[in-house]
This record gives sequence, structure tokens and C-alpha cells, in this order.
Amino acid sequence: MAQSSFIDIITPVMVGPSSSHTAGAVRLGLLARNVYDAKPHKITFRLYNSYAQTGFGHGTDKGLLAGVLGLSVDDKRIRNVFDLPEAKLIAYEFEYLEDFNRHPNAVDFIFEGDLNMFVAGDSVGAGEVVIRKINDFTVKFTGKFNTLLLVYRDVPGMISRVTKLIQERNINIASLHCDRYAKGEEASMCICLDGELDEEILKLIEGIENLYLVRYVKKLEQ
Amino acid sequence: MIEKDINSFEQLYKACNIANVAIYKVAQTREAYLSEKTELEVRKTVKRSLDAMKAAIKSGLKSNELSLSGMCGADCEKLQKRFSSKGAIFGKTFEKITTYALATSEENLRMGVIVACPTAGSCGIVPSVLVAAAEDFNISEEDQINALITAGEIGRIISNKVALAGAVAGCQAECGVASAMAAGALTQMRGGSIKQIFNAVALAMKNLLGLTCDPVCGLVEIPCVKRNAFLAIHAVTASELALAGIESKIPLDEIIDALEQTGKLMSPTLKESSQAGLAKTKTAITLENRLFKK
Repeated sequence: MAQSSFIDIITPVMVGPSSSHTAGAVRLGLLARNVYDAKPHKITFRLYNSYAQTGFGHGTDKGLLAGVLGLSVDDKRIRNVFDLPEAKLIAYEFEYLEDFNRHPNAVDFIFEGDLNMFVAGDSVGAGEVVIRKINDFTVKFTGKFNTLLLVYRDVPGMISRVTKLIQERNINIASLHCDRYAKGEEASMCICLDGELDEEILKLIEGIENLYLVRYVKKLEQ
Repeated sequence: MIEKDINSFEQLYKACNIANVAIYKVAQTREAYLSEKTELEVRKTVKRSLDAMKAAIKSGLKSNELSLSGMCGADCEKLQKRFSSKGAIFGKTFEKITTYALATSEENLRMGVIVACPTAGSCGIVPSVLVAAAEDFNISEEDQINALITAGEIGRIISNKVALAGAVAGCQAECGVASAMAAGALTQMRGGSIKQIFNAVALAMKNLLGLTCDPVCGLVEIPCVKRNAFLAIHAVTASELALAGIESKIPLDEIIDALEQTGKLMSPTLKESSQAGLAKTKTAITLENRLFKK
């Protein structure tokens, strides 16, 4: 059983009205923003199922956009996010879909710009969220841990090269999830950490051969 | 020794007994250990929630702004007016609890800042009981923090078995659990023993088993806002009974098993999908049609 925290029960301090449909939406947006980590020209938000049906009265659209713009869950500006100057600088649209193979509160972020990226996640209740997909890769992280995401060529020794650098800093790995497209092609690694990575170790990791994408997504504040 | 595997109320009871300390102490020690923080830092996080609860009550008491849907938002004002001319039958603390609960819940639906405790839909229950009792019984801030930690630990243990989400287990797992948490917190504040706290939680919880989540138009408004006021008072009843030494004949952990089972057996149409119950009454459908047309 995962070790639960009582703090989760009496937080977050958040803008209402719904932990799953508002705060969860902001958190998903924040994580997607940090995974993308570039300036998008356009963002398409695809809301599924309950997110699509009841999102309007819960401010789910506002929450998703606010998160992508970097607002925290307790930021009073979420109410009027569409009027913020930051929001006027990018193009965005919302699509509302039904797909019962997806979670009731699922969302896709489609980022277009110099870098194109697809990020998908679920709001799983009480403001908790999970990012499930980045482009074609299955990942799993919640924003509760500092997370290192890597896309690389599927060659022997990649996991040990990365984890060795982490181990040398005496940082504990909470979970490690790998996936690949096909043998010898693109693969992904998602590492949740108990500690923090500094600039120096990130540089060393970026220096490893055969890496296509490196993202360090910091854990979300309570 | 730090006890970190506390997944049931029985285990919590044992951990408290071995160390001969209160629930909040066991909980904050465990939390500090697992999150690699000091106990003082843990308490600071709890204080941040407590302060936000008080701020939400304060701004909620002053506003009558309606929600995004326009269906709710002006009831707290009505209640305050009534109480300012005619006192409540149960006295000042009852007035405070009910108005604070409405103030917080209405603040939530107008996209104000609240504390999800355990969820946003149930955000008025724990704060209203805790803050009103603290004011009327001169409870120190440290003891308020202790009570809020107690509430959090109760919710955490329940959440190990049942996800605190209407979509998973109905409103019994949101407002129901909030009421149980508030009952425990109040009993802690009023000097109850661990057994009395557990009985307060048990009595509150078992009288809310089966509560469905059938919100009108799928929004956290009808019946959620007013339900917060009702279940805040429900928590007080449970606490008073427990402090009198009245015991739940069914042990608390077994009630949580029943909560889990009831949640599983509850029809998906009654779990935050707005496909049955209040959400499909004639008036609800009319409201829904009007809202979707906007």
C-alpha cells in the first residue's frame, strides 16, 4: 500500500468549486506546462467525459488554461484567466469529447509551436492528478515527486547510465517506469525522486548520448 | 520508534497507546518522518490550511455573489439576517456553525479560495465546526492545529480503503467523511479520549452510509452547499453523544468496511454522474436545459 499523507486530506488551499474539476485541472495544466517547457503558439485542450459534461460550471477550462500559464491552484486570478494579458498572447481552444475507455476526468494537451507535443492526464479525485502519456509513451507521475523524464534511443545501458549519476548524488529513486516504441527505436524513462536534482547533475544527464528529450518536472506545491 | 504503517483505526489506537500520546502527535511524527520535514514544518503546513479556512469564512460572510451557473450563492446572507433578528433555537454556536458552513461553501462555488477538506464540495464542514467551537470555547491556535491534524488523520485512514470522491463512492465519501472528520476534531478540541474520538467518528459515519452524489446539472451546488450546514451539525451531535460515553456498537474499522462496500454497491447513476436522484427530477432537468442553452 502506498504510504498516504494526512496533509493531502486537509489541502490544497485552492480556488473552487471542485477539487477534481478545478484544482485538478490547474495541476494537470501545471505539469503539462513543465513537460512541454517551451513557448507554444497554440494549445488545444481535449476534455473527456465528466470534464466535458460539467466543466463549464466548474471552471475546468479556466483551470486548465491557468495551469498551462503557470498559475497555482490558490491564485485568485483563475476566475478571470481568459482576461489575463498572458492568456491573450497564445491561441487556445477547447474540444469536448466522450470516450468511456478514458478516465471520467481525462484531458489531452496538444501543444503546437517550434516543438509539438501531446500530453495526456487524469484528475483522479481530491485534486490528485496523474500524467499518463507523453507523445506515444506511457508514463506515470503525479507531481508529488520531482520527476525526471527522458526520451532516448533504445540502446543497452541507458538506465544504468542515468541511475548511476543519480546514485552518485545519494538521491533515492521512488519509482522508475520505462516504455519503448520498438526495439532499438525511441524509448522513454520516467523517474520519480525523493530528492532534488541540481543544475550540475542535469547537465551531466543531458550530456549522455542518444537522448532526444530531457525534462525535469519539479513536484507541485501543496 | 516511528510507526509509519498505520492503515486502520485499530493500528492508530495501538500506536497512540504504545507511545501514550494523542492522535495528532502520532500523525505529525509519522508525517514528518515520511516527508523528511520537521514536526514544526508539518504544523506550519497545517496552519496555512487553518488560516485559509478562516479567510474563506470571513470573505464568504461578506458576499452574496452568485456562482457561475447563477443557481446558488446568496443563502448565507439570508441566514445571517435571520439570526441577527431572531436567534437560533440552539444558540450562538449553532448560528456560527451553520453560517460558517454556508459562507465557506458559497465562497467555493463563486471560485473563491477555500481548503479542500477532504474535497471542495465538502469544504464547509470541518472549518465551520472547528472555527466556531474555537471561538466559543476559547481554544488556542495550537489546539486548533491539533484538532485539524486529528481530522486529517481520520480522513487519511478512511482514504486508505475508500477514495474520497463522489464519483467513486458517493457523497458518503465526501460530505460524509468530512462530517466524521469534524466530529473527531471537535471531540479532540473538547478534551475527549482517543476512544471517544473514535466513537464520534463512528457515530457520524455510520449515520451517513448510503449518501449518494446526485448534484443538479453536475455542479457542486445543489444539494452540496446546504448539505454542508446539515452535516456540520450532524458532526456536533456525534461528538456530544461520544463525549457522553455513548459507544458505537460497530467498531470504527468495520464501519469503514461498510462504507467501502456501500460505495461499491451504489449505482454509478448516483455517483457524481447526475443520471439519477435529485439530478433527474423535473425541476433539475428544467434547470439543466436552461443552463446548457446559455
